[in-house]
Amino acid sequence: MRNAFGRRRRGRLSAILLSALLLATGCAGAGAIGAGGQTLVIAIVANPQMNDAIALSDQFERDHPGIELKFVSLPENQARAKITASTATQGGEFDVVMISNYETPQWADNGWLENLQPYIDSTEGYDADDFIPSIRESLSDDGDMYAVPFYGESSFVAYRKDLFQQAGLTMPQNPTWEQIAGFAEQLDDPANGVAGICLRGKPGWGESLAPFSTVVNTFGARYFDEDWNAQLTSPEFKEAANFYVNLVREHGQTGASSAGFTECGTRYGQGEAAMWYDATVMAGTNEDPASSTVAGKSGYVSAPVNKTDASGWLYTWSLALPKVTENKDAAWEFMRWMTDKQFVQTVGEEFGWNRVPPGVRQSTYEIDEYTEAAKAYAQPTLDGIREANQDNTMTEPVPYPGIQFVGIPEFQDLGTRISQQLSAAIAGQKTVDEALEQAQEYAETVGQAYRETQ
Amino acid sequence: MRLGRISLTAFTWLVAILFVFPVIWMVLTSFKTEADAYTDPPKLFFTPTLEQFAGVFERGFLPYLANSGFVTLISTLAVLLLAIPASYALSISPVKGTSNVLGFFLSTKMLPIVAAIIPLYVISQNLQLLDNVWALIILYTAMNLPLAIWMMRSFFLEVPKEMIEAARVDGAKLPTLLYRVVLPVVAPGIAATALICVIFSWTEFFYAVNLSAARAGTVPVFLSGFITSEGLYWAQLSAAALLASLPVMIIGWIAQNHLVRGLSMGAVK
Repeated sequence: MRNAFGRRRRGRLSAILLSALLLATGCAGAGAIGAGGQTLVIAIVANPQMNDAIALSDQFERDHPGIELKFVSLPENQARAKITASTATQGGEFDVVMISNYETPQWADNGWLENLQPYIDSTEGYDADDFIPSIRESLSDDGDMYAVPFYGESSFVAYRKDLFQQAGLTMPQNPTWEQIAGFAEQLDDPANGVAGICLRGKPGWGESLAPFSTVVNTFGARYFDEDWNAQLTSPEFKEAANFYVNLVREHGQTGASSAGFTECGTRYGQGEAAMWYDATVMAGTNEDPASSTVAGKSGYVSAPVNKTDASGWLYTWSLALPKVTENKDAAWEFMRWMTDKQFVQTVGEEFGWNRVPPGVRQSTYEIDEYTEAAKAYAQPTLDGIREANQDNTMTEPVPYPGIQFVGIPEFQDLGTRISQQLSAAIAGQKTVDEALEQAQEYAETVGQAYRETQ
Repeated sequence: MRLGRISLTAFTWLVAILFVFPVIWMVLTSFKTEADAYTDPPKLFFTPTLEQFAGVFERGFLPYLANSGFVTLISTLAVLLLAIPASYALSISPVKGTSNVLGFFLSTKMLPIVAAIIPLYVISQNLQLLDNVWALIILYTAMNLPLAIWMMRSFFLEVPKEMIEAARVDGAKLPTLLYRVVLPVVAPGIAATALICVIFSWTEFFYAVNLSAARAGTVPVFLSGFITSEGLYWAQLSAAALLASLPVMIIGWIAQNHLVRGLSMGAVK
């Protein structure tokens, strides 16, 4: 019996399992940090421009011996959840965090962020006045900046110049939504697999709700009135929602209710859409011959309007310093490096000028190499961002900051619920009116809480 | 009869291909350039490149691999160390209230982990365990333990009573009984349990992403860094995914050979 169940076999089995594991673990010296000097841990959103910054971070370490950089790079949703948890509980895992103009004013109010104005003022040559004013304001509280912008974006329309020419159409510089709907109808060509327009329909407050909210604004609607009464069933809101849903249902891409930025980018890049209304950073992907078959064939014009003069959104990924950070001076040194004029130059020279982080510094738009490389979209991007404020993009006063979002903490949840209703309407599972009734209920609950605290 | 067998074989192949296809597609995509990766219709023939793998290593894959390996190894060993005596006490010589104990173990799996993450985060923070591999080791051990005990108990129950009695008659005390008689019989079961623990620890994402940052990050966290909301990097994501799943595939393959051999061994001759 002992032979049949002998030690040898058992020993070999566990030895093989163990050695395979050890092989997989390498040296298993996990969890240790570099000895000596300071280590900065930076939480960052895993977008292309940020990855370029990570790739260039060796240069920073070379120029700053004694500072070691460690990046935690996560997709937007995970990064947002993690950075929020860490900052709110003062977890202190991160010395520098990447947040947007949605979080910055709220977190500055909560006292979670270090005021950066003293650092900016005492750093020679940093030139904060060079930041595009709308971006700077969106990151400021009482005139002091609480985050420094890395890249900024608005929204605009990309259109296929060749298809427009074939159809004998001319795209105006400042189109209205009515004109866009007309073009979409004429260019919609299901037989050849070309949709009239690509519009986001994927649920998520940062997905479909971003372009949709700009339509809401320019149609003269709003999420809340000044007394926090939800306004999602107002005639203007219904008109905007019907317009958006009908446009994407009738002349939009197939599978619209699950298409977000990435999906639309793939379709447009493969020549499967005649127009695409989305973030201005899309131009970088559209014009990259490595990923796009339509590079050089697109024109770019400002975000379509209805009752307002402008309608583009405003968004910026920026760097902030949590109050609990211990190495504040070293952290600022890094933040300065990543948002400085020199960084733009370095990216342009190392990776090419169309990979420069756009939409932040006005001086970027004075660099000849950049304006040449980005001539199709540089000016519309800059104009879009400059005009992106509530005065230009809304007709009615609102009690919250933000253009394509409602700048309150509850909006992450509320916006996602509203967008799920919108997606259901796009998918044809319910009517626009039914979707808005439901969304109004959600919004009313949030509005109630704000009415009570007023 | 024969027709039935042929159609069954064909069906099995169909299901197998359906399951394996995404993996094969991932492997193919990982050897493409980014431009080849988005073509529509998809390209089946292309010039393979290793550029995506180089990119993954450039982004610092190895520390994450070391963390994952360390966490997986230690937590799996800890699970085995705790689950083997527990299963013995719950099967071969059942203690009082065995079914209650088993129910209690299982009940710890009934709370969705997302409901426990905030207390866990705060506790880790107070214990200075945030961004520390030991926090993950403790959690993965706790996460896998109930399942391991349940699984192993069913293997232990299959050990023939006669064999244990015979050993007792021969004068074997508990340690000898456990290590010389019982364990060899259930070795394939233990290997299967260990493999499941390895897979669960290796692929766990939720705890890892919430409780780790720069120092204790594991492979799934590293992998998610390749997902981006702006830009298209499918080839590189596929390369990272392939590298992340390779260790588990290799371990699974090695263990499988032994599992089959072990299972066909037969306890009583």
